[in-house]
Amino acid sequence: MTQRYRPWQIALMFLVVAIAVYLVLPSDPGIHLGPVQREVKVVRGLDLQGGLRVLLEADLPPEIEVSAEQMQLARNIVENRVNALGVTEPVVQVAGSRRILVELPGVEDQQQAIDTVQETGLLEFVEIDVANPTLTLALQGEEIRTDWEYQQAGLPTPTPRPTNTATATADPSEPTPAATSGATPASDEGAPLLHTVMTGSALRSAQVSQDPTGELVVSFELTEEGSQIFGEYTTDNVGGFLAIVLDKQVISVPQITVPITSGNGSISGNFSLEEANQLAVQLRYGSLPVPLEVVEIKSVGPTLGQDSLQKSAVAGVVGLLVVMAFMALYYRLPGLLADAALLIYAVITFAVFKLIPVTLTLPGIAGFVLSIGVAVDANVLIFERLKEELRAGKSLTQAIDLGFSRAWPSIRDSNFSTLITCLILYWFGSTFGASIVQGFSLTLAIGVVVSLFTAITITRLFLHLTLDRIELSSHRRWFGL
Amino acid sequence: MLDIVGKRYWFFLLSLIIIIPGLVGLALWGLPLAIDFTGGSLLEVRFDAGQRPPSADIVELYRDLEVSDPLAQAAGDHDVVIRSRTIDEDQQAAILEAMEQRFSSQVEVLRFESVGPSVGAEVAERAAMAVGLATLGILGYITLAFRHVDHAFRYGVAAILAMLHDVAVVLGVEAFLGHFLGWEVDALFLTALLTVIGFSVHDSIVVFDRIRENDTVYRRLSYEKLVNHSIVQTLDRSINTQLTVALTLLALLLLGGVTTRHFVTILLIGVFSGTYSSIFNAAPLLVVWENKEWRNWFRRRSSASAA
Repeated sequence: MTQRYRPWQIALMFLVVAIAVYLVLPSDPGIHLGPVQREVKVVRGLDLQGGLRVLLEADLPPEIEVSAEQMQLARNIVENRVNALGVTEPVVQVAGSRRILVELPGVEDQQQAIDTVQETGLLEFVEIDVANPTLTLALQGEEIRTDWEYQQAGLPTPTPRPTNTATATADPSEPTPAATSGATPASDEGAPLLHTVMTGSALRSAQVSQDPTGELVVSFELTEEGSQIFGEYTTDNVGGFLAIVLDKQVISVPQITVPITSGNGSISGNFSLEEANQLAVQLRYGSLPVPLEVVEIKSVGPTLGQDSLQKSAVAGVVGLLVVMAFMALYYRLPGLLADAALLIYAVITFAVFKLIPVTLTLPGIAGFVLSIGVAVDANVLIFERLKEELRAGKSLTQAIDLGFSRAWPSIRDSNFSTLITCLILYWFGSTFGASIVQGFSLTLAIGVVVSLFTAITITRLFLHLTLDRIELSSHRRWFGL
Repeated sequence: MLDIVGKRYWFFLLSLIIIIPGLVGLALWGLPLAIDFTGGSLLEVRFDAGQRPPSADIVELYRDLEVSDPLAQAAGDHDVVIRSRTIDEDQQAAILEAMEQRFSSQVEVLRFESVGPSVGAEVAERAAMAVGLATLGILGYITLAFRHVDHAFRYGVAAILAMLHDVAVVLGVEAFLGHFLGWEVDALFLTALLTVIGFSVHDSIVVFDRIRENDTVYRRLSYEKLVNHSIVQTLDRSINTQLTVALTLLALLLLGGVTTRHFVTILLIGVFSGTYSSIFNAAPLLVVWENKEWRNWFRRRSSASAA
């Protein structure tokens, strides 16, 4: 009798199974191989552990194009804010062309989280000392400190300093003298504390326009309260500088050329169209390159998540056991071997889930359980052929090989069509951030691929290993013949 | 040997008996769309044991807070699911506070969803595109995989027709489920539908593969006999695979959480329909096409009405 398998095949199978078992271990040992250091663990989706999912959309009319760079920039800014929330493993990703998906597992204070994600960034108009023009120019792009937070809290500024500028502050009752970089002693952080005249909330609108000479300017309109503060301040400080500061970063330092009392003003500065646009957008929406609005909120409480996880885990195990029992009863010995292959299948698939890692959601688990059915189908196809060949009088070894080669085209073609569907589902899910749909298609696809592998390699190897030395005629009942 | 192909019109009739009432239901009631497609809010809360107020009281509370279109539904032992116009998180907080006061119970939020209408419209559009693309992809793949058989294109079309059969069954059943049980079409339903499509074609291909193989072996058999032979040969496999998938789905249905119940039910119905259509519709359709039987349909009908 010729040997239908090679020793290296057995070794390889053991190696694959050993690696898979190691990865599946609940203690999550991770991978530590020289330069490759990785944690390996199950990532649970929001529906399984509870949390908040927010879908943000560019709040612009559909005819206005939003570039991929803008969305990416907005995503990064949102991610920075989310990181400040201290959530473990948040997900922030661009979904489709105009949406950003934010997933915050285990968030307790939903309201605070949404506010943080949605906030527009703090825009401030900050007083700059007129006596120091070189410094003003150097300020552009620099990070500075302002006394806005102190004003908000109703506290006096920490370092009292001499008043050397005429002050027309937002709140005259407060002792908030303007800072002068030269004269002020360095504060604890080394940077001078500058005075905030007003914030972005005083702005009503801003857009790019042209002044009479054809130069591009950014014109803006102020609220009533804003025009009053701004009017007073600019009247007292003609010739002075005013820094426009976004999240403590100076984005522009225009000079006050005339008092602006009407509530309408403009900023000029040899802008290119792009620069002017950017400044106008920043004035309007704060730091985000595009305004974002919340279009979808989904939150799952921790109770429901825990409940779902337990139930699906039980369902998965029961499903697997029932199928294994069915296979053993119907196909006898080959069925038992397929059961062993099925267990290996489950372990390998789960190892792949942890390795990639795939975020496990409820539909994802459903996809996994369904893929068990697919894995079994491959075995069923093979065994039905095996039986047929045995009935036709072939020897066991021949029947095994024929069973595989004859069943293969149908296994291949049927699974390919499932993979095509998975691919389309995945795309469908990705365009609007429906991670549940993506999770399902991804787990199903992985399941299909792994099942192809185990059915062809492991089941076959098992069959040859155990059956090649068996005399068929004395054991026909083992095969359900 | 079982003669399945010979009784093909009986099986077509059986399919129609299932599909037509479903389509009538679909036309009469439409599909109840979830907030995934229409936009709106869903709030699921849990009350203390024995403290759950009647749904009408919750609806009234919503009205008092001027949230329009509230619809409250008891779920489980202590939970209530409330659907309404889109509310934001401030309104949600206000609702929770009012509930705790009015019904003197702790109120725990199990789930909160709020979807803007624009997303919904796009989801529906994308879903239609996904179904269309899947159809084209599968048609192309089958035509390619069966290129060595005569009329490979027919196999693709037959598989797609069987698939449409399953889509019609699922949509019809969903119309009934929606009308009588209030189950809504959401993104998960779409996922289930697309999976059914995949499985339906999967099953058809297994039968077709046998025809493809037998075609080279039994050269002298008539096409009708060849197809019937292939169906019978794959019958064990079809039933067993159907059984294993049904078993796993049943486990999910009976033991899995409420969240996936609708999803799994649709899958179960769809996968069953998929197996049926691949055996009793897809393959027999090939025979109908081979014999060009539609030329006799009119005559047969007229003789039947005369009798």
